[in-house]
Amino acid sequence: MSAPTALGPTETGWQRFRKDRAAVFAAWFLLAIAAACLLSPWIAPYPYQKQDLALGAVAPCASHWFGTDILGRDVLSRLLQGGAVSLGVGLVATVVALVFGVLYGVVAGQAGGLVERAMMRTVDILSTLPLTLIVILCMVVFGQNIWMIFLAVGGVSWLTMSRIICTETVSLKNRQFVEVSVALGQSKVGVFTHHYLPNLAGIIAIYATLTVPGVMMLEAFVSFLGLGVQAPMTSWGLMIKDGADIMEECPWLLIAPSVVFALTLLSLNFVGDGLRDAFDPRASKK
Amino acid sequence: MRYGYLFTRLAEMLPVLLIVVVATFFLAHAVPGGPFEKDRRMPPEVKKRLEEYYGLDKPLPSQLVTYVGNLCKGDLGPSLKYPGWSVNEIIGSRIPVSVQLGLSALLLAILIGIPVGVLAASRPNTWLDRVPMGFTLLGICVPSFVLGPLFALVFALGLGWFPPCGWGSPIHFVLPALTLGIVTAAPLARLTRGKVIEAGNQDYVRTARAKGLPEGRVWFVHALRNGILPVVTYLGPAAAGLVSGSFVVESLFDVPGLGRLFVSSIINRDFTLILGTTLVYAAALLVLNLVADLAKAALDPRVARGGDR
Repeated sequence: MSAPTALGPTETGWQRFRKDRAAVFAAWFLLAIAAACLLSPWIAPYPYQKQDLALGAVAPCASHWFGTDILGRDVLSRLLQGGAVSLGVGLVATVVALVFGVLYGVVAGQAGGLVERAMMRTVDILSTLPLTLIVILCMVVFGQNIWMIFLAVGGVSWLTMSRIICTETVSLKNRQFVEVSVALGQSKVGVFTHHYLPNLAGIIAIYATLTVPGVMMLEAFVSFLGLGVQAPMTSWGLMIKDGADIMEECPWLLIAPSVVFALTLLSLNFVGDGLRDAFDPRASKK
Repeated sequence: MRYGYLFTRLAEMLPVLLIVVVATFFLAHAVPGGPFEKDRRMPPEVKKRLEEYYGLDKPLPSQLVTYVGNLCKGDLGPSLKYPGWSVNEIIGSRIPVSVQLGLSALLLAILIGIPVGVLAASRPNTWLDRVPMGFTLLGICVPSFVLGPLFALVFALGLGWFPPCGWGSPIHFVLPALTLGIVTAAPLARLTRGKVIEAGNQDYVRTARAKGLPEGRVWFVHALRNGILPVVTYLGPAAAGLVSGSFVVESLFDVPGLGRLFVSSIINRDFTLILGTTLVYAAALLVLNLVADLAKAALDPRVARGGDR
């Protein structure tokens, strides 16, 4: 029962990760997608909201690689802009979930005893509730404010993280270097930043990568129901919904965003699993 | 001891449900717009009378107290959007549809997921493992709202085997149940595989094989029985996944179930209906998780003796 970074196996972890071809390939793929989405205002072939009603929906061709939608908007440009929103939600909501989950987990693990049990039981109960319903309500309440979407999605995604961090904290708490620094009079915040955070960093990174796909799925799902991101903005979930509405006439409008979305989630899962196998052998053997 | 455990768990549900009611109540009322501001503009006096009639003119806390009071009597209140209907009646008419859909999807997921997982675990790292596991990874990354439209495109619009939407005859059932079932089967198969492989390394499995039991019996009886505990626990979260999936699938295939009701009640700002559906979902999930825990205790006497864990 030792924290993965305690023996300093960071280098060997990276070496193990690099040998995992699927994970490395997925990581490059993700970087490429993220870079393209981020740079979309400059590299997109057309402005994403530019309509061309005379053109209408055309199938993929040389001037529109992924075709256009019924308003004549270029699908590739919209995919890039939608990706910026989807990935943005994924990242920001994950950070929110991380901060909250880590703090909650460390506090619970550090407190121990009855407090820990009560806090973890709360997490257990919360995770049985239909949180999707609450997220949907929050999104409707806060309307089109995209930052509230980040917050709402992140606010329900911290449960798994807090559970893992709590377990790790309990095992760290009794380690000698922590006991020593407490005995030397280091403050609680000091112990947290100097000892807990560095030792938890590995596991936090791993589970962050595994949280992103879930968060993106949640956003896409709510947007699909028409309750999330609103026009003229778009996200992959919204594009899938728009595509599904007219899939009979223009199947490319459904297929293009679906494929990109699925590939991104697949890559995130590959990278997350790869990181976990490389840095936390204990978890993958469990 | 078992009854004490059951009692604690049931008693725990009440405050949780109360919190859900309060949170949903304030969230629902914070939604911009009201139930009477949708279609045609109604004269202000009529709107005022309607709000008085439904008690919407009172301050929120007193509305909440009235609501919780009625709730204790099992009354979820009148629907604001469908005059003359009570929320109990509307929800009651939708529950059988969603339960049918959810149960058949769950059954499908178990019938596909567990055998595939065991099969893959019995031949790890061969094509019998890699091919199905590749498909399950795809099943995890292709959400219901992608799979559903694709199924409709191929099997309903392309091949014409099934109707693309509607409800009523068994044939309407196939595509929605298949969509939900496959999405749930994928993580189930992966989990089963991992746990059965782990159980397969244990001594008692070697013993079973050493005494000459047929391979199928070794895997499905000896290894699975021990590997299945986490799988049973997973059925709780799986049920939650079925709930969210049902929103999509019911909207997509035009199934008159609870999921579509929830989405439309939000769009209509039908406060009582929003609260009622959320409450029913929360209660159902809490009960399902309890059932999963009890099933785990029944499968593993050690869990029952150890109490909570």
